[in-house]
Amino acid sequence: MFVKQISVFLENKPGRLAAVTKVLADKGIDISAISIADTTQFGILRMIVNKPEEAMAAVKQAGFPASTTEVLAVEVQDEPGGLNHALQVLQQAEVSVEYLYSFIKRNEDKALILFRVEDPQKAVEALKSAGIKIYGSDDIASL
Amino acid sequence: MYWNKSRECMSRDELEFHQLQKLKETVDRVYHNVESYRHKMQQKGIIPEDIKSLEDLKILPFTTKQDLRDNYPTGLFAAPLSEIIRIHASSGTTGKPTVVGYTRRDISNWAELVARCLVMGGGRRDTVVQVSYGYGLFTGGLGFHYGAEKLGAVVIPTSGGNTRRQVMLMKDLKTEILACTPSYALYIAETLEEMGINRDELHLKTGIFGAEPWTENMRKEIQEKLGIKALDIYGLSEVIGPGVACECSEQNGLHIFEDFFIPEIIDPITEEPLPPGEKGELVITTIDKEGLPVIRYRTRDITSIKYEPCPCGRTHARIEKLLGRTDDMLIIRGVNVFPSQIESVLMAAGETEPHYLLIVDRVDNLDSLEVWVEVSEKLFADEVRKLEDVRKKIASDIYTTLGITVNVRLVEPHTIERSEGKAKRVIDKRKM
Ligand SMILES: [Zn+2]
Repeated sequence: MFVKQISVFLENKPGRLAAVTKVLADKGIDISAISIADTTQFGILRMIVNKPEEAMAAVKQAGFPASTTEVLAVEVQDEPGGLNHALQVLQQAEVSVEYLYSFIKRNEDKALILFRVEDPQKAVEALKSAGIKIYGSDDIASL
Repeated sequence: MYWNKSRECMSRDELEFHQLQKLKETVDRVYHNVESYRHKMQQKGIIPEDIKSLEDLKILPFTTKQDLRDNYPTGLFAAPLSEIIRIHASSGTTGKPTVVGYTRRDISNWAELVARCLVMGGGRRDTVVQVSYGYGLFTGGLGFHYGAEKLGAVVIPTSGGNTRRQVMLMKDLKTEILACTPSYALYIAETLEEMGINRDELHLKTGIFGAEPWTENMRKEIQEKLGIKALDIYGLSEVIGPGVACECSEQNGLHIFEDFFIPEIIDPITEEPLPPGEKGELVITTIDKEGLPVIRYRTRDITSIKYEPCPCGRTHARIEKLLGRTDDMLIIRGVNVFPSQIESVLMAAGETEPHYLLIVDRVDNLDSLEVWVEVSEKLFADEVRKLEDVRKKIASDIYTTLGITVNVRLVEPHTIERSEGKAKRVIDKRKM
C-alpha cells in the first residue's frame, strides 16, 4: 500500500544534485518521481525509484546521508479539481499533509501524486472509502 | 602494574625531597651553562643557592616559547653538542621552528616515561604496539618508539599515513596498543568501516592518544568504534615530548611524572599561581634533563591539578584532561572560546559526528562565528523542519554554554578536510 521513498541530504551548492543523479544513472536506476525541498543552506532530495534498496546503497556509498520514508501514491483525475478532491477527503478525515509532489509518469488521463501524511493508515482508509485509488509498489513498477 | 613502582608510587615526602635535590641541580646547571638563564636570573638578583625549598621555585623567571625562538637554534642547550645525540623540532606556524636537543641520558629517561605510559595502558613485553604518530622531527613517533622498545614490546613503526595498510597490519599482526593522535584514531575507525572490517576482527585493547586536545565525547566515540580503552597522553617537545603525563586505567586525570617535572598552574594573565582544582595555564619545570632543561616553562595549555590519591596506587599528581591551549583560545566578541568547548556541545547534542569547523570572521567590525557540522546518518531527517530544529538546537546549546551567538551550517559528510595528523578546527579570517 505504501511506496518507498528515498530522501537524500544535499548542500545547497552547485553540482550536488547532479552528483546524486549520476550515482543513480551509473547503476541504471530509473527515477519515476523527484522533488527538492530546500532552504538557503541545504536541501532534501526526495525520489521514487524502481530499485529502492540498490539506490539507497549506492547513494550511501557515495557518502550522502539518506533515509527511506513510506509515502502514499494517490491517483487523481488529471483535470481541474482533481487534486483538490483528494485533499478535501484528507482534510475531512483530519489527516494533515506534510508534503506532496507528483509523478513524472502518468496513467492515461490520471495523474499520480505522492503524499507524505501524518497518519498514513487513517489517510488510506479515508481515501479508499471516497473511492480514490492508491497505488502500491507493484502498480508503479508496471506503469 | 607499574613500570617503575618505587618512583611512581613514592610518598609525597620522598618525592619532594627528590624534587628539591633535582631542582637545585637543574637551576645550577642552567645558571652555569646557559647564558640566557643566567642573564635572566642576574637581572632578578637570584643565584642558584637561593633555591632552598620547593617554594623558592616561584622566584625564578618564566621561560616561554619566545625564549626558545630568541635563542634559535641551540642557545638554550645546557649540554655541549658533543653530548647531544638527537634533535627534534616543532613546526612553527610562523618563522623558525623550535629546536630541542637530547643527551643520551635524556633519550633514556624519555623512553622510561613512555614505558610507564604504555604500562598504564596494559602494555607488557609481549604486547604489539603500533606507533602511528609521525616519525621524524615531530616527537610523537620516535618518542613512542623508544619507549615501546624500552618496555620490550613488539613495535610496529607505521608512522602516520597509508591508513588502509595500517589497518591491514593492525589486523594481521594483532596490534593491542595503538598510539596516535585522537583524530587519526577516528580516521582509522572510519577506514575500518570503509574496508568492511568489524572492530571484533581486531585485537586492539588500548589506545594512547595525544598531541592535540580531545573531549570526553570524542573518547566515547573512539572507544565504541574501536572497542578499546582510550587513554590521554600529554607532552610537548619543549619539555621532552609525549610522556610528560598520562592517564592510568582510571581515566580520571593524567598522572604527571613528578619525579621528572614540577607542575604549577598559573593565571595566564596575572601569572599568579593558582590553587589545586582551579583551571589555568600549566607551567612545567624539568628537573632531570641535560640537553634542554626548562625552568617554569609556559606551556600555554589550560588544565587544573589535583593531588588526591588515585585508586591505581600512583602518587604523582593528576592534571585534568587538557581543555585547550591559551593560543587556540578564540576571543569572540570579548568571550573566551576554546574549540573543544564547541566540540563538547556538539557531541552532547548526541547526534553529530565529531567533524566540525569553526569559521571566525569580522563583518562590520563585529566578530561572527559560523559552525560547520557534518550531517551524519543519525542526524539526517526527511523533513526540513527537523533539520532546522537540529541547527537551532546546536546554536542554542552553544549560546547557553558559552554565551555567544553562532550560525550553524549543516554540511555534507566529508566536506571538512580530514588530516591524518592534527585536526584543523578553526579558520580565523580576521587575521588575514
Ligand atoms: Zn592513577
